Amino acid sequence: MSDTIKLKYTVSPDDFTRAGEASSDIKSKLKRMGVSPEVVRKVAIAMYEGEINMVIHANGGEIDVEITPDEITMTLKDKGPGIKDIEQAMQAGWSTAPDNVRNLGFGAGMGLPNMKKYSDEMEIQSVVGKGTTVTMKVKM
Amino acid sequence: MTVNDIKNHLKASFLYGEEFIGREVHTACGSDMMSDVLAFVKDQSVLLTGLCNPQVVRTAEMMDIVCIVFVRGKLPDQTVIDLAKEREIVLLSTSMRMFSACGILYENGLRGGAEN
Repeated sequence: MSDTIKLKYTVSPDDFTRAGEASSDIKSKLKRMGVSPEVVRKVAIAMYEGEINMVIHANGGEIDVEITPDEITMTLKDKGPGIKDIEQAMQAGWSTAPDNVRNLGFGAGMGLPNMKKYSDEMEIQSVVGKGTTVTMKVKM
Repeated sequence: MTVNDIKNHLKASFLYGEEFIGREVHTACGSDMMSDVLAFVKDQSVLLTGLCNPQVVRTAEMMDIVCIVFVRGKLPDQTVIDLAKEREIVLLSTSMRMFSACGILYENGLRGGAEN
């Protein structure tokens, strides 16, 4: 695995049933590449929470994944409402998700904290009214 | 504990995965909030939940959970069962409530796993 591998996924808006397909695909690809189970799990969970966030808050978006021998970088880009207060959004338990999302098992205010927890580096860039880009890195 | 033990303790029935009856389960978690499930990695785990949508199977997939038990007699639709088949995740259904189901498994030696 000496070359850089680049993958691109589109996350459909408002399709809660299909949310997670991108993470599922990346998980099986990494497994096939022989990446360690711990790294695979970290990438899968971090990206899955990100995917769910994109469906709940941002009308979907795009995910770019770059795999090198040293690390896996996930860039999640959406054109959603943006995050007003990133520090607040990072607090476990703080959520702006509507009640119908909670009935589906999400919206507990754990999405971003879980993404941070499972990635080795995470950066959020957000402009209110324009969208959000989250970059996560997991080291091999 | 095996999937078969869980099935017997909870008087549960298979929705999918009878061929994996001997699969070992080391830890458990019970929750209807999938992000809470995603917060703590466990080893060879069973998930007990009252939630019945495809994201339960997705969550289990990301966490390498080997078996899902639907409590309170809940039955997922075919989409959920098909997704579990694709991923080879055992699905069980019990009429027990969450608290009782978790309690019985705990009493029989299953634990929540290390929090990391």
